[in-house]
Amino acid sequence: MKARKEPGAVTRRQFMAASAMSSAAWAAGCTSQSGDWESLSEDQAGTLAVICDQIVPADDFPSASQAGVVTYIDRQLSRHYRRHRMAYAHGLEQAESISAKRFGHGLAQATAEQRLQAARALEQENRTFFELVRKHTLEGYYGSPRHGGNRDAVSWRMLGLAEPPVRGRARDVFSKGTRS
Amino acid sequence: MKRVNAVVVGAGAAGGIVARELATAGLSVVLLERGKWYTANDCRKDDLRNQRTTVLGNAFGPEDEGNPRVWVDSRGEANVVLPSEGAYQNNAACVGGGTLSYGAMAWRFMPQDFRMRSTYGAPQGSSLEDWPIGYDDLEPFYDKAEYEIGVSGDESGNPFHGPRRRGLPMPPLPPNREFGILEPAAKRLGLHPFPIPMLRNSVPYNGRGECMRCRWCVGFACEVDAKNGSQNTVIPSALATGNCELRTQCMVREILTDERGRARGVSYFDEKGRLQEQLSDIVVVSACAIESARLLLNSKSRLFPDGLGNRYDQVGRNLQGHHYTGAMGFFDFETYDDVGPGASIAISDYNHGTPGLCGGGLLANEFIRLPIHTLDRLPPGTPRWGAGHKRAMREFHRRTMIVMGPTQQIPTADGRVTLDPAVEDQWGLPVARLSGNSHPHTFEIGEVQARRAEAWLKEAGAVETSLMAGRPEIVSSGQHQAGTCRMGDDPHGSVVNRNCQVHDVDNVFVIDGSVHVTNGGFNPVLTIMAIAYFASDALVRNWKGTGFRS
Repeated sequence: MKARKEPGAVTRRQFMAASAMSSAAWAAGCTSQSGDWESLSEDQAGTLAVICDQIVPADDFPSASQAGVVTYIDRQLSRHYRRHRMAYAHGLEQAESISAKRFGHGLAQATAEQRLQAARALEQENRTFFELVRKHTLEGYYGSPRHGGNRDAVSWRMLGLAEPPVRGRARDVFSKGTRS
Repeated sequence: MKRVNAVVVGAGAAGGIVARELATAGLSVVLLERGKWYTANDCRKDDLRNQRTTVLGNAFGPEDEGNPRVWVDSRGEANVVLPSEGAYQNNAACVGGGTLSYGAMAWRFMPQDFRMRSTYGAPQGSSLEDWPIGYDDLEPFYDKAEYEIGVSGDESGNPFHGPRRRGLPMPPLPPNREFGILEPAAKRLGLHPFPIPMLRNSVPYNGRGECMRCRWCVGFACEVDAKNGSQNTVIPSALATGNCELRTQCMVREILTDERGRARGVSYFDEKGRLQEQLSDIVVVSACAIESARLLLNSKSRLFPDGLGNRYDQVGRNLQGHHYTGAMGFFDFETYDDVGPGASIAISDYNHGTPGLCGGGLLANEFIRLPIHTLDRLPPGTPRWGAGHKRAMREFHRRTMIVMGPTQQIPTADGRVTLDPAVEDQWGLPVARLSGNSHPHTFEIGEVQARRAEAWLKEAGAVETSLMAGRPEIVSSGQHQAGTCRMGDDPHGSVVNRNCQVHDVDNVFVIDGSVHVTNGGFNPVLTIMAIAYFASDALVRNWKGTGFRS
């Protein structure tokens, strides 16, 4: 069977080219074109993207928001994580106020170094919320693509896991006997 | 509704076997299951929603909505917990029960596992006891389970197992890479490694094909139906007799008794929530240790004000599972080959015989890991987030091995299931309230086991290791839950007799892991299956037409 090229999959070269774009553009780019989030406002989604991208930053492989983690969290805040909506509302506001206080502007305008500093400060000031986002971000990035994160199974490819998996490899081993 | 000979509550490992054995013997059977009947098509391969990784809930029940339990923590505080949370100690709620999605290790207990008290003496504060039956009583039924449900493996390299009449019906799966690394290391240490027996087809068996060795195994329904559970073996064959009717999404409310104290059937909520009665000559409770105890406790009447079979306050006590400990090893070469089920090699050298320890447990390599499992299984000192964490994921996902095992728990009478006085489920029934812990000696054994696992990994070439051994402040039961309706000869210290018959109600049986006096240093499912065959055999022999003679 020939390897199938998934539509929309980010190749490494495309990704490296994209990385050259400003990070602020990425923060905006991760939001869907129509801006119709299920749970978050456009501003909240932008703030969340910045925090998620400190937890899983871009390197040779996409960052959390590039892989759809904001979509993952946004969806679950209307589903399994409904109970965490208030925590997100307060926590994201706190992240912006940390940025405003320290740097005199919002996270969208912050430099890469300022964003990392803001994430570290958030971890210190509101550990409960930061742990929640950390957990949700990692789930979204490394979990099943069906929930909106780990788009095109980027993290699985990064770990060298065949995707889609090769099926029925044992058939080579068990050459005898009937097939059911 | 037509009266039947037997109602079986719960279509899991034991209930499926009991239904099939009774139906085959000609009894009319109604098998009630609170969950749904899933098939191989329901294998969603969802890393975040399955029976093992419940980040977004359980795939095979129960739903988080409407099925709470209460967990009393070590400070005595009661917490409402949901099925997707660890403290809930969930198994599953579906046809097949845990066997639909389990890892499918198929261990026989060792002869000493049935004589723990006389082998070691009971540690102070424990409720360690001998079983009223022994390995030899169960041997024919272990064999029956291995052949009827289907086990692959080869125990010829394990000198520690009890006597067996013949080998397993299927050869082991071909070794994966971890097996190839761990086997010579174990031998260099003087240990006796061998392939793990599995309720999984290594070759076509029972009309179904062999394992395709994918990544989504433990926690998932098998996509090619090569994993053998009650849902694809005994339950279809029970239905094929024409004597058994399976009713799914039916939640049993209570066991009904007459004025003489004998059971006359059960009342249950059907799939539309309507209250129904099913009358029967006998009632078999096979709902898994926590829910079986809950059902008996919820079956109150004038003669049984504290619950059925609970005259001496024994129902729900001795809750146990396994205390898992081991070690992670990090290597400078690839150990991961993406070939399921992953778990492949075990040793039984440390189950018994260490001076100063009351037992031990098997040690085996862990099931195949999904990326989600590696997140917090990285070398000590790895950053918890950021570029360093991401790099470590890339570096170690394919260069980590875990060796661990189920340390046999030393039970206590205080590790128990009671009814919560305040919290009710969606049907208005009082929910299970879990409290207590296993005996502290359990943790001491677990720590020794962890160091043994570490030594094995180091011998295999691990450049760094990390111990996995805690002292949880909670009784571990989960998918291995057992012990709550202890089997025994003395009604003051047990709930059922050696035939799984409730001491003071001769037409009610508890047949599942609840009756385990101790839970072995092994995954318990094959023993649960053997007990189900053993108890069904006695039940059928004692059956007299439309009555029952004990």
